[in-house]
Amino acid sequence: MATAAAAVAQDTAGTRDSVDYNEDVVRLFTLATVFWGVVAFLVGVVIALQLAYPVLNLGLEWTSFGRLRPVHTSAAIFAFGGNALFATSLYVVQRTCRASLFGGRDLANFLFWGYQLFIVLAASGYVLGITQGREYAEPEWYVDLWLTIVWVAYLIVFAGTLFKRQEPHIYVANWFYLAFIITVAMLHIVNNLAVPVSFAGVTSYSLFSGVQDALTQWWYGHNAVGFFLTAGFLGIMYYFVPKRAERPVYSYRLSIVHFWSLIFLYIWAGPHHLHYTALPDWAQTLGMTFSVMLWMPSWGGMINGIMTLSGAWDKLRTDPVLRFLVVSVAFYGMSTFEGPLMSVKPVNALSHYTDWTVGHVHSGALGWVAFVSFGAVYYLVPKLWKRRELYSLKLVSVHFWIATVGIVLYITAMWVSGIMQGLMWRSYDSLGFLQYSFIETVERMHPFYVIRALGGILFLLGALVMVYNLIRTIRGDIRQEAGLAPVRPAAAVSAE
Amino acid sequence: MKWHAIFEKNVLILAAGILITVSIGGIVEIVPLHTIESTIEEVEGVRPYSPLELAGRRIYMREGCYNCHSQMVRPFRDEVERYGHYSLAAESMYDHPFQWGSKRTGPDLARVGGKYSNAWHVAHMIDPQSLVPGSVMPQYPFLAENALNIGDIAAHLEANVVVGVPYTEDMIAAAEADLFAQADPLGDHGGLLERYPGATVGDIDGNPEVLTEMDALVAYLQILGQMVDFSQYTTEDLRQ
Repeated sequence: MATAAAAVAQDTAGTRDSVDYNEDVVRLFTLATVFWGVVAFLVGVVIALQLAYPVLNLGLEWTSFGRLRPVHTSAAIFAFGGNALFATSLYVVQRTCRASLFGGRDLANFLFWGYQLFIVLAASGYVLGITQGREYAEPEWYVDLWLTIVWVAYLIVFAGTLFKRQEPHIYVANWFYLAFIITVAMLHIVNNLAVPVSFAGVTSYSLFSGVQDALTQWWYGHNAVGFFLTAGFLGIMYYFVPKRAERPVYSYRLSIVHFWSLIFLYIWAGPHHLHYTALPDWAQTLGMTFSVMLWMPSWGGMINGIMTLSGAWDKLRTDPVLRFLVVSVAFYGMSTFEGPLMSVKPVNALSHYTDWTVGHVHSGALGWVAFVSFGAVYYLVPKLWKRRELYSLKLVSVHFWIATVGIVLYITAMWVSGIMQGLMWRSYDSLGFLQYSFIETVERMHPFYVIRALGGILFLLGALVMVYNLIRTIRGDIRQEAGLAPVRPAAAVSAE
Repeated sequence: MKWHAIFEKNVLILAAGILITVSIGGIVEIVPLHTIESTIEEVEGVRPYSPLELAGRRIYMREGCYNCHSQMVRPFRDEVERYGHYSLAAESMYDHPFQWGSKRTGPDLARVGGKYSNAWHVAHMIDPQSLVPGSVMPQYPFLAENALNIGDIAAHLEANVVVGVPYTEDMIAAAEADLFAQADPLGDHGGLLERYPGATVGDIDGNPEVLTEMDALVAYLQILGQMVDFSQYTTEDLRQ
């Protein structure tokens, strides 16, 4: 508690002038976050509509669902999420260490352009049909090598900045960011071990095959969720929620307990993606057991985030930016309850291979990852461009409600279609025959695919409202609004 | 929690603590899969893919078929009745990478081989809705038009050898010829079928003049789930 409070207090105490923070690169990463976010949501809407209306695949090589879906997932996870993590981690590590970025401007710029190059190489490859055929690890060997170089540079910049800090303690947000960077490096390297057919060509064959390959891939895949989309974003939570609420983190002790237990347990949970497959039972059982245990540290993080508002709950009424941050943590709590539930084998027997999984992913990706990122971006943009406030808090509120309705439509549609399809696959008629052919179950999905696409369109519209708001903010405009401006203590205002 | 200060004041100790903590689970779960022999069931018949099947598999991956189709039948009554015998680990032991999938927007394909004729597959790929009106599958007319272009097929086999697939020198030497012979109605299939028993041979896509991507993809689909003769085994034999 003492450390967390101290770090936040020092950050607001006005010492920042003495340090030459690199905010240029943070600005670039913030703009890239917003840009790739819109791309990811747009491609998501397109492929959602393709499932509802297959004619939209256009019969062309480059526009079919199978090639565009990896564009959507990579854009959402690595481009939108990744840039948000770069932007926030490089901002937070400087502020909480009272140190400028290690490696100087050049290395920081290399991080930015190197990472954008990775995104463009990966996505253009998918459209052209260059892929490893591994979910969430589709880029081929040469793109993987490039990402490895960029990632090592990231580790050097981040850890180097921690090293030269002027604060005695490393702030809790940085533990999570560091765990994210180190673990993603490990996952990326092991899961992408492959032998190229030729060093002049793009194709490779994975080192592992069959069952071993499957577990390696889902060890990677689940921990892409656990470390990229969870640990990294918990780093965002641990800085931006206390900052925006102007309260210290609820419990220092809980931070420690849930940090170490979360990163220890997450790694074991991968096999729950392979229940009832040809993966041996002992591995499935281990994966299920640890997935259920994982519920506890996940909720530890949720409690620590939400309870940070103790004494400041009224701000939820007046500050829509804080609302984004806090509701994201609530979504985090919901999807980290749903996850362990779905990892229980009999539940998984029903949910696996269905849209329920897709809905679960999106309650995490839209509700948690995107919302906490929106909150952080709304916090960062006025600070980075030295504006007094956002152009419009009302538009933030509009964004919040449009996006929330979009998420609710999305995940309820997927719950219904997923559970319905799972039940139809296993239902028998009175004579003991399978009651439904596969195509009958597909036909029943149609209305839910339309609702899901509608939810996605709303989420995209919300993001466009954000884009407008941010452009006006950067231009220095402030909209005349009554009643929504957060009531802030005099001390905080004068510190600015 | 004073003991924790050592992690909070020392970047290297914090980083080392993280690395150790996140390594344990993966080591305990993944390493035994490589060392416990019963992980892969002992069955006969699983063979490396023929050059044309391997090329078809690359097209399967290229088009992202795994995004909507699984290749993993679970041991449930309804799945076994719908798709066939539940999948074994042995059946994908030469699959680099595995293509078990995680979503069934379309049906499982682990045992689609032999279920439909070549002509059905070709028509279905070109226009799925013409055969299955409610289907949401994209149309793939270009597969029948594109000549197969896989580059040096022998190099593909050699890369597979490096990662552990038992292609013989004989197979690598004949790779280029086998690639073309498999879909050639006038080709010599004797040696090919000896090397790759059960392979689909002859004119596959109704266009014997050109070796197309469609030939390769259908050749791959037709071997899926066909390698093991399950009448020889009881459930007891197949325990991991």
